[in-house]
Parts: sequence; C-alpha cells; structure tokens
Amino acid sequence: MSIASNIATFRHGVHPEEYKGLTESKPIERMPFASELVLPLGQHIGAPARAIVVKGDRVQRGQMIGEPTGFVSVALHSPVDGTVLGIELSETITGAMVPAIRIQTDPYSPQLLRTELPPVPEALTTPEFIQSIQNAGIVGLGGAAFPAHVKFAIPEGKTCSYLVLNGCECEPFLTSDHRTMVEEADAILDGTMILNSFVKASKVYIGIEANKPDAIQILRDRISADKLPIEVISLQVKYPQGAEKMLITAIEKLEVPSGNLPIDLEFMVSNVSTIGAISHWFRKGMPLIERVVTISGSAINRPANVRIPIGTPMKDVVEFCGGINSRDLSSVRMLLGGPMMGMVQKTLNTPVVKGTSGMLFLEQEHVSSLDQYNCIKCGKCVEACPMFLNPSILGILAKKGLWADMEDHHVLDCFECGSCSFICPSGIPLVQSFRVAKGIIRERNSKK
Amino acid sequence: MLSEIFISIGIVMGLGLLFSTILAISYKKLKVYEDPRIDRVEAMLPGANCGACSMPGCRAFAEVVVKGELQPSKCTVSSEEALDRIANYLGVEAGDAVKMVARILCAGGRDEAHNRADYKGGLSTCRGEAVVAGGPKDCNWGCLGLGDCATICDFDAIRMGEDALPHVDPSKCTACGDCVEICPKDLFQLMPIEHKLIVQCKSLLEGTAATDKCSVACNACGRCAADAAPGLIEIRNGLARINYGQYELATHGATKRCPTGAIVWLDSVSQFELTKSETNEPGRVEFIGYDEDTYYQ
Repeated sequence: MSIASNIATFRHGVHPEEYKGLTESKPIERMPFASELVLPLGQHIGAPARAIVVKGDRVQRGQMIGEPTGFVSVALHSPVDGTVLGIELSETITGAMVPAIRIQTDPYSPQLLRTELPPVPEALTTPEFIQSIQNAGIVGLGGAAFPAHVKFAIPEGKTCSYLVLNGCECEPFLTSDHRTMVEEADAILDGTMILNSFVKASKVYIGIEANKPDAIQILRDRISADKLPIEVISLQVKYPQGAEKMLITAIEKLEVPSGNLPIDLEFMVSNVSTIGAISHWFRKGMPLIERVVTISGSAINRPANVRIPIGTPMKDVVEFCGGINSRDLSSVRMLLGGPMMGMVQKTLNTPVVKGTSGMLFLEQEHVSSLDQYNCIKCGKCVEACPMFLNPSILGILAKKGLWADMEDHHVLDCFECGSCSFICPSGIPLVQSFRVAKGIIRERNSKK
Repeated sequence: MLSEIFISIGIVMGLGLLFSTILAISYKKLKVYEDPRIDRVEAMLPGANCGACSMPGCRAFAEVVVKGELQPSKCTVSSEEALDRIANYLGVEAGDAVKMVARILCAGGRDEAHNRADYKGGLSTCRGEAVVAGGPKDCNWGCLGLGDCATICDFDAIRMGEDALPHVDPSKCTACGDCVEICPKDLFQLMPIEHKLIVQCKSLLEGTAATDKCSVACNACGRCAADAAPGLIEIRNGLARINYGQYELATHGATKRCPTGAIVWLDSVSQFELTKSETNEPGRVEFIGYDEDTYYQ
C-alpha cells in the first residue's frame, strides 16, 4: 500500500494545482479604513438584516446597524466610526442589486472598540449563547456565509458527539484560514472550548490538510501545553476536502446520507475562522466586522493576506495591494472566493462581505477557456464527483432541459464543488448547468 | 394418428369458443360508458397539451368541458371559431375569457443597454449567464437576450430580434406562462391584450443611475404619474407602477412626456414594432397640454 493510504481522506475528488506559495508565508496585514464603506444588509444566507440607522446618523466601530429579522438572520455592525450616508441599492457578489448601508469613515477613526463587552460565556444558558452569537453577526466564514448560530443550535431530540473544526482550506490560492490558524491559534482553541461548553461534544477534532505543517504543529503544541481535549488530524491534500460531508468521511469514515445534515450523525462542522470570531466576540467584544481575506493571483502586484473591514470596496483593496499589473482591467479575471467555487466579478465596486474568503486576479493566460466538445464517456467526472453522482448523464439531461429527470438523478445533492467541470477533457460546462438546473428545480418545488 | 390431429384441433377450437364467450359476456357486463362527446371535443381542441387551461392536457380539458365544469373559452390556444364550434356542439356558452398575452417588461436591447463584461462560459442560455455575476449586462434587471423564452415557447410566438430582445407575437401567444417561468430576470408578465399602457422597465434605480446603464430605463422622474389620472400611476421604489385595477382611466397621454420612453402605449399588434417606431422617441420631451375631459373626470 502507498503512504497516502495512511493519511485520512475521502473517496473521489480532484487535485488542482495549489498556487498557495504566493501568500502562505505572508503574515496577516491590517487594511486601513477605506473612506467609504458599503455594507449590504443581506450578506448571509437567510432573511436580510433590517437597518436600524438612518441617513445622517453617527455610528461607532462595533455598533449594531442592522438587526436580525428572524431566526435564520444575523445582525450587522459598523466596522468604523463614521456617518451614515444613506441606504441605497448596491452591487453584491452575485450581481444582484440589494439595499446596503453606506458609511462615510471619520478621518481619524480609531481601531478602539467602545461597545460593551457581552456577558461571559460561563454565565450564559444555551439559548442565550445562541442569541449572543446571532447578535454578534457571526456567519460561517468558509464562504457560504450561513448564520453560525443556526448551525450551533442543536435541534430538539438530537445530540452532538463530534465537533469538527474545518481547517482544510482545499481551494487553490486561498491561505486566509491557514494564516489565521498560525497567527491566532489561541483564539481558535479558546473559541472551541467556549463552543464545546454548550455543544458538549465528546470528541473534538481539527481537520487540516497536510500542506499546512506549520499550522498543524502550532495547534498541536498549544493543545499539549494546555492539555486540551482536542485532536488535530492531518488530512491528505485533495479537493473538496473542506466540504463538511467530505470532512466527516475523511475523519470518521461515515457517510452523511442524501438529504440529511451532519447533525443527524451527531456531527457539527465549523470553519476555524468562525470559531476564532466567537472568541473575539466573547473576549474582546468584537462582533464580526472584519475578516482575513487572501488577495492573490498573477495579476495583482503584491499578493497578501489582509484583515479587511467588512464593506470595503474591492477597488480600495486593490490599491492597498499595489494595484493590478495589467493596463487593461477587462483582461483580468476577477474572482471573489477560490478559483473552484468563487464568483466571477464584473466590477471593482463590489464590497468585501462576510463570506469573502479570497479575492483573485488572474491574467487571461491563466484562465482556461476550453472549447466545448461532445462527451466522450471517459467517466472522469464520475470518478471525480465526491457525492457519487453521475455528472455525465446529468450533463446530457441538462442539455435537453429535462429538469425533472435530473432531480431523479439527485442533482440536488450536488454542492457545486466544480470537480466535474475541472476534470472534463471535453470542456463541458457541467457544474454550471447543474447550478441552473438546481435553481429551476427549487423554483418549481417551491411553487408546488 | 389422424384422430390425434382432430382431437388437438377440437381442443383449440373449444378453447377459442370458450374464451370468446367469456369476452362477449364481459364486454356486455363490464362495459364502462364514456361520453362520445369527449372524443369529439378533444378532436376540436388544438392538441397542444400546453396546460394554459390549468388542466393536465387537452383530453382532461375536454372531459371537464363536457361535464360543464369549465367553459370552452378557458382554452386560450383555440381560435374563436373553434371555441364557437365546441360551444355549439355541446350547446353551451363559449364564455368570454379575456385574451391574455405575455408582455416583456424590458426595452433595453443591444443599442440601448450596454454590456460591461463578456460572458465566455460554455452555457449560452440566459439562466446560465444569470448565475455568473447576474449576467454581463450593466443593468441588473435587464433582458440578457439569449432567448431562453424563445426556446421554450411551444407556439413560436416569441422570436429573438436583431436588437437581442424577444418579440412576442400576440396572435400566436396563448398565455401559457412558460416564458414567465423560464425567464431568470422575471421580465414576462401575462396581461389582457387590451392593456396598452405598460412600463417596459424593471430597474429600481433612479435618475442618472438608471439612465447611465440603459437609455430607455425608467428614471422615476414621475412625469407619467403627474400626467395620468390620479391613482393610475405611482412611483414606488424607483419605478413607475401602473395600477391595473383602474385601467379604464389609462390614456395615451401618460407616455408623452417620458424622457426615456420607458412607458409605452401599444397601438399595433406587435410589441416589437411599437418599441422601435411608434412610441415616443427616447429623449423627446414634449408638453402636449391637458385635455380636461380625459384627465380629470
């Protein structure tokens, strides 16, 4: 048997080129406040927040400016001292125009937080803890921006035995979680202990891909120094290891059945940066007002890991990172998120939101634009699909618009990792058409 | 030897006689009566199985029409003569359903609304474009122009024009609603064919923010609302909205001062011809004076 068989992983998946060397050894820098911030009210999955400030209001760093409008919704806070310029329609990463609060930053806005500290977690009951997380505006920082408190609230009758921290960061280019683990190991471990005092899992794992040996070493050292009941697991480098169902398979060799959630198998999976944000909230009183973003790619002059206030427009970030080394902006492919699942952008006006884990600027020669050929039935996509679907047949059905048949072939289990499109030698836009199909199927099902 | 042949022939004939008797009896005893009119009515229906009548197909529609549960006019595909024929055959009222057509609420074609990005994905459908940063068009609400609606239309009522906009032929449109469902930008709306006053824009931006992106966008200036009868047009969330409940008040006058041509009065059959030639030209601001009788009744 090969050495690889000793390292935990899941079946199927792909091995994209990593490109992490551009930023993985660069310490996290702090981005100065931009002169104007744009904070969309709906940065998370679920109901958008409701603005509780009006034009002309003075706001402070850390002050709540949007309140949650339901259980699946989180609060929004101002990252700066400043004045509200108004609530206007603004562009978001999906291209939709949504209401956003625009804030003019004070010229000498300090880093100091003048908001009150939340109550210590030891004094809270579980429902109070969940509500506190919601009011802190914390969402999953891995990219999907799903409200964290919804995940932490264990449904009645279910228990959580395994708490898994996701430090895989399997997307190429991205190193923000990696740097967070190296530089904020204490906050992550502290956040884990706070969370586990409510979740009460018997086993706590941190899953990290083997290409981050420094992060694994630092976390293991801190854990053994403090004698914490946490185990760091080194995982084989493979995409999409960071998907929660894949991570569970890699660590405990369990498969989450179709239509079920990890909590049905007594698992809870959370991104390491999200856990760090919990610690920042309870220990420093800092809600989710900034996040670490990897700015990378061949077209940016100074790739870096930057701690960016939420709402900073992309163009200010580009300026901070030395600008783009191409005269023609239209020849640069701009991506928010990683290259596999990120969203292509058409303008630099889009602000950094809570779900932005990376910002990539790729020169046109690094962007593959394959010609499209017919499916040659090579089966590479079937071997790549981590959900054990058949992308080949789904692609054929999508081409014919047979959405109901696609649903029978479980297209709704697809979480759009893009492995099939990545591996396809015929350049067939597989995951792209599944996205379309999922949208149509969901629309139809919601009408029934 | 010969007797064996006769015996076997006799057995087969006997069995045949027995089974035919059983069949003959069961045909009499177990017969289910089906109204012969259903077949006739079905033959008179178009056979498109489009579902616009809310029934699962033409056969199912024929059944309920014969039962008298629905009026023949619920079939929006049939011509009036065909409906009369069904009504005469069944001896019922054809009913007077309002003829509905699909109208597209965007006039920003290739020349009016510009793209600010190129879409190079392999999936050249509107739906495919829309999931990538909302599509290449600068206006977030505008028609992407790849013709998902024209592809899905079973009646050849939608054609993509030179201007990269779909054009609906009201004489062919049966208001089945397929285009309404498929459009990722929700640009189609089914409305009675008499409704001539429509706002061909869905952009929620105001002023130059809207017109920078598209020269025929509604910039929410409010002139149409001021010119129309009170309560007919309202500017809400950066867009002129027509209150179709009070449609009888609508006149051509509301469109005259529109600086961009976003609100139109449809006079001819084809929506396409109107947006191009017969409506007020974009940019023309003209004060036509008030006709007291028309505006303030």
